[in-house]
Amino acid sequence: MPLVVEKLNHTYMKGGPYETQALYDISFTIHDGEFVGLIGHTGSGKSTLVQHLNGLLQPTSGRVLVDGTDLSDKNADRKQIRCKVGLVFQYAENQLFEETVEKDIAFGPKNLGLNAEEIDRRVREAMRQVSLDYDRIAKKSVFELSGGQMRRVAIAGVLAMKPSVLVLDEPCAGLDPHGREEILKLIRRLHRESGTTIVMVSHSMDDVAQLAERVMVMHRGHMVMDGTPEEIFTRGEELRQMGLDVPQVVQLCEQLRMRGFDIPERIYRMEDIRELITQICKKGGYHAQ
Amino acid sequence: MLNDITLGQYFPGNSPIHRMDPRAKLLLTVVYIVALFLVKSFVGYALSLAFLYLVVRLAKIPFKYLIKGVKPLRFIILFTFLLNLFFLTGEKVLLVLGPFRLTQEALFNALYFSLRLVFLVMGSSVLTLTTSPVQLTDALERILHPLQRFHFPAHELAMMMTIALRFIPTLLDETDKIQKAQMARGADFESGNLIQRAKAMIPLLVPLFVSSFRRANDLAMAMEARCYRGGDHRTRLRELRYTRLDGMAALAVCGFVALIVLEGHFFG
Repeated sequence: MPLVVEKLNHTYMKGGPYETQALYDISFTIHDGEFVGLIGHTGSGKSTLVQHLNGLLQPTSGRVLVDGTDLSDKNADRKQIRCKVGLVFQYAENQLFEETVEKDIAFGPKNLGLNAEEIDRRVREAMRQVSLDYDRIAKKSVFELSGGQMRRVAIAGVLAMKPSVLVLDEPCAGLDPHGREEILKLIRRLHRESGTTIVMVSHSMDDVAQLAERVMVMHRGHMVMDGTPEEIFTRGEELRQMGLDVPQVVQLCEQLRMRGFDIPERIYRMEDIRELITQICKKGGYHAQ
Repeated sequence: MLNDITLGQYFPGNSPIHRMDPRAKLLLTVVYIVALFLVKSFVGYALSLAFLYLVVRLAKIPFKYLIKGVKPLRFIILFTFLLNLFFLTGEKVLLVLGPFRLTQEALFNALYFSLRLVFLVMGSSVLTLTTSPVQLTDALERILHPLQRFHFPAHELAMMMTIALRFIPTLLDETDKIQKAQMARGADFESGNLIQRAKAMIPLLVPLFVSSFRRANDLAMAMEARCYRGGDHRTRLRELRYTRLDGMAALAVCGFVALIVLEGHFFG
């Protein structure tokens, strides 16, 4: 089920005194099972773009195709589309409203008109996927939970719709390091275990470097880069000019290279650099150089 | 979908009208509205229109924005028109429709009333289009200031209005976001009968209330932390000052009122 975006333009408040164009001629295709990291500075149009992916915003021109269905088609079944493409908003815990965790997660499946058994099954499944203990938490009020837990409940609320594409807008924003780690782990697991296609919006290069197989970079409403992390992160200078940074691992590599170590290009993952440094140490470390 | 609501409908610009002191604008708008009630004939309304047109040209606002301001009131205007048309009595009968007698006086009166309403709305639209909400509350505070002698909480009132105005766009943004988040979970805000629709609002209203309370709490805390306390001895960031511009505007409005009074004398 590919997700195709063709020549997408979006202008806010067209014709008014505050008219602003947020997206310019964006085109790309996302294939099944891909893990895409979408990076950009604040105001680069990331959030606007992801809202097009399940038809919450309509393009000013251009089109978005989900599984061959044009989202701007008036007759398209919106519920069906929103079921296929699950969107987790920024600060998703702000959308929680029910008395209990269980009821809140059930909101999506209920809207799909499923029966009680299926809803219960999906709620349990979704809670398992985000590692929340059903017996302990399901009957609690959402407002008793910690920030990280609330975020996970919100993600479970979207997962309960069983989307085949999951779009997450800054899933780690405003969480403490532990909460971040938890969320990233669960996203990685979702991708590996269920083969869910993932689009993760982030301005943290490190998160994207650890997880994504493909990176898209947006700048002022334009899609300026689209490629593998190796390709993108070797263009550090350009990224810096856009007010973005390269992952810390890449920065470390650059520093090491400057001090005369022989570090190959295209290293951006924590595991790889750890491996490399241990090797160097075994060989006798700095003095051997 | 909430983008369509232009709140306070401020149309930014740097025209002489924009640069006027908001107090002067507020007071002169009141004078203009009072003058509208003195109008006694179509000549007077033509004068009012001409005056309004001049001001709008000076303010460099597209005229269609004024029309847009009248649009939501079209039913009230129509209702007033019809009410006056059929329930006023007069001598020159133009038409008899069952129990209703349509007279010339009634027709004129109905037209006058509707025109008055239209001009009233357009006149005050010029004020809100050229004055930002914050300027407006500032002006209101200054105008109401003398009443503080009688324990009227002018400053507090203005502060409350400023805060409310400040947070309306924020809340609209928030509403839009939560609405979309719930729509992403298959919520449906658009179809169903009245009860279903009211029920569909719950997933929207609960998070909105929660976040409003949190915001109010944060704001109160932030104000406390900066030792905010009421109106006495506070200096302001923007001092309001009357300038020559305001004097000229006052003269223009006086001229307009004089013309209207004369019109009442000759055509009334």
